[in-house]
Amino acid sequence: MKELIERLRSKFNAKNIKEQRKNFVFITVEKKDLEGCVLYLKEFEGYGHLTLLTALDWIEKDQFELVYHLHNYSNKTDVSVKTFIDRKNPTMVSINNLWAGARVYEREIKELFGIDFPGCPRVNDPFALEGWHEIPPMRKDFDTKKYSEETYFPRPGRYTKDNVAQMEEQLYPVEAEVKNGIAETVRKK
Amino acid sequence: MKPIWNDTKEYDLKSGKYVKIWQGPQHPGVTGNMSLELLLEGDEIKLLKTHVGYLHRGFEKLMERRKFINCFPIVCRICVPEPDTNEYLFAAAAEELSGIEIPERAKWIRALNLEMARLGATVMGLGGQAGSFGLGTIGQWAVAHRDFLLDSFEELTGGRIYHMYIVPGGVRYEIPEGFEGRLEKTLVKIEKLLSDIDKVMFNNAVFKSRSKGLARIPKDWIEPFGINGTTARASGVSYDVRKDHPYLIYDQLDFNVTTGTEGDVYARTELRREECLLSINLIRQILAKMPKSGPVRTFIPDIMHWKIPAGETYVRAESGRGEYGYYMVTDGSEYPQRVHVKGPSYTHAMSLLEKLAEGNTNADIFGIMVSLQTYPPEIER
Repeated sequence: MKELIERLRSKFNAKNIKEQRKNFVFITVEKKDLEGCVLYLKEFEGYGHLTLLTALDWIEKDQFELVYHLHNYSNKTDVSVKTFIDRKNPTMVSINNLWAGARVYEREIKELFGIDFPGCPRVNDPFALEGWHEIPPMRKDFDTKKYSEETYFPRPGRYTKDNVAQMEEQLYPVEAEVKNGIAETVRKK
Repeated sequence: MKPIWNDTKEYDLKSGKYVKIWQGPQHPGVTGNMSLELLLEGDEIKLLKTHVGYLHRGFEKLMERRKFINCFPIVCRICVPEPDTNEYLFAAAAEELSGIEIPERAKWIRALNLEMARLGATVMGLGGQAGSFGLGTIGQWAVAHRDFLLDSFEELTGGRIYHMYIVPGGVRYEIPEGFEGRLEKTLVKIEKLLSDIDKVMFNNAVFKSRSKGLARIPKDWIEPFGINGTTARASGVSYDVRKDHPYLIYDQLDFNVTTGTEGDVYARTELRREECLLSINLIRQILAKMPKSGPVRTFIPDIMHWKIPAGETYVRAESGRGEYGYYMVTDGSEYPQRVHVKGPSYTHAMSLLEKLAEGNTNADIFGIMVSLQTYPPEIER
C-alpha cells in the first residue's frame, strides 16, 4: 500500500492521502489527472472493480466532489479516488469506456446533481424522476420541504375527530342543525 | 478506446418487424415495482431498457436532513426482504467515524441477526426463482418457511419485517430465554424444505431444460459490469465479503466460499441453495460459540445531540445478493453530510440485465431477472 501511494503521488500528484483502514486509502487528484489515474489503477495495479461512483455537493466551497471507489480482488485493497470540479459549470469526463456499469452511475449523477458526462450513452434519459423541472434534487440548495409544500397538499379532511357528530351531519343534516341550534341557544343563555 | 458494450444500434419501429411491449411496473414476476421496456422481434428480445423510479423516496436526501438516530427507521426501508444489512452498515459507519467500539456479545448477536435475514431472503429468492418458471408451489412453501423465520425475528427484535434492532453501540435487546431451541426447530424445517426443493425443482425436467445455459455470464464480464455476490460466484469468482473483508466475528467462524463454473441461471439457483445451507451452518456455529453473558450495548453520547467528527468511510457487508456498501461523509455536525447506499441490485438490474436480455426470449426474462436477485428500492433509494 505504501509503494502504491508513492507511485500515485509521483505520477498523478495525489494529495490529501488518508489511510482510513490498513487496506483502504482515500486520495485526491486534479480533475485533469482523474481519468489517467483511474485508468492506471485499473490496467496496471489491478483495481478492476468499480465499487461505486458518487458525487457530493460542497455548497460552501462552491464545488462538487466526485468519488471513484475502486477495489482490487487479488490483494483485497481499496482506493478511493476523489476530485473536485467547479459547481458553476459541472462537466466531467465519462469513464463508460472503462467500465460498462459506469454509465448507470453517470446517468444517475446527471439527474440528481446536474453534472454532465459528455459521451456517455443515454446520459440524458431520466433515471428515477420523470418530468422534473426543478434544480437537480440532490444539490444542497434544493429545499425538499418547500418543494413538497408547493407540490403536494393535504386532503381537506374532517374538521372534527368526533365520529358521532360527523355522521350525524352527513346523514341527518336537518336534525343535526336543530340539535346543534338548541344546544347553542341553551349555551347562550 | 473501443467501448466495452456497444448498443447504439437503431431499430425502426415503423418497419413492422419489431414490437415494443412494457412489462411492469406492476407485474407478479417483478420483484418490486420496476418496468422493463422490451423491443421484440418475434419472441426474441432485441433491446431492453430498465425503468426505475416507482419506489423513489429520496432516502439519501432525507438522511441529510435528519440526525443520525433518526436515520435508522429510514435505512431499513431500502431493502424489504433483508433490512438488517442496512441497519448494520449504517451503525458500523457511524461507529467507525466516531470511534465507538461495541461489546463482544453485541457483535455475535449482530452476526446472528444478519445471517437470519440472509437465510430468510435467500429462501424466498429460491421460491421466487421457481415461481418465475411456473413452479408456483415452491414459491408458496418458501414464503411459508420464511414466515417461521419472521416469527423468530418477532421474538428477537419485536418486528417482523423492519426490525430496527441493530442500533449504534450494539443491539437493542438481550436474546430471549429459550430462543436458541425455537430457532433450531425452524432451521430443521428449512433443511427439510431444501431437501424437498431438491426433489421437485432441481430434478425437475422443465426447470432444468429452461434454466440450463440460460443467461450465461462469462467470467470476463465480472469486472466491467461490477458484478458481485452469488451472481459472480456462480461464474467462478471467489469473492465473499465475509471471507475477504471479515467484519464482526466472521473471522472466528469456519466456512468455505462455494463457487460455480457455468454462470447460468441453474448455477446461480444451485448456489443460492448452498447459501441457505451455509447460513444455517453459520447460525448454528454462532449460537454455539457466542459468549453466554455480557453487555449487549455500550455507552454512547446523548443520542439526540450526537455529533460525529468530520470524516468519511466506506463499509461493506455481504447481503443475500452481493456486496452491500455504505459510503458516509460527516462534517462534525449532528447530521450526515452525505450517505451513499450501494446495493448489489444497482449494477445487476440496470446494466447487466439490459445486456443479458439481448437474444433471450420474452418468456425467460423474469427467470433471468429473479436469478440476478434484483430489488428496485436499492437502485433508486
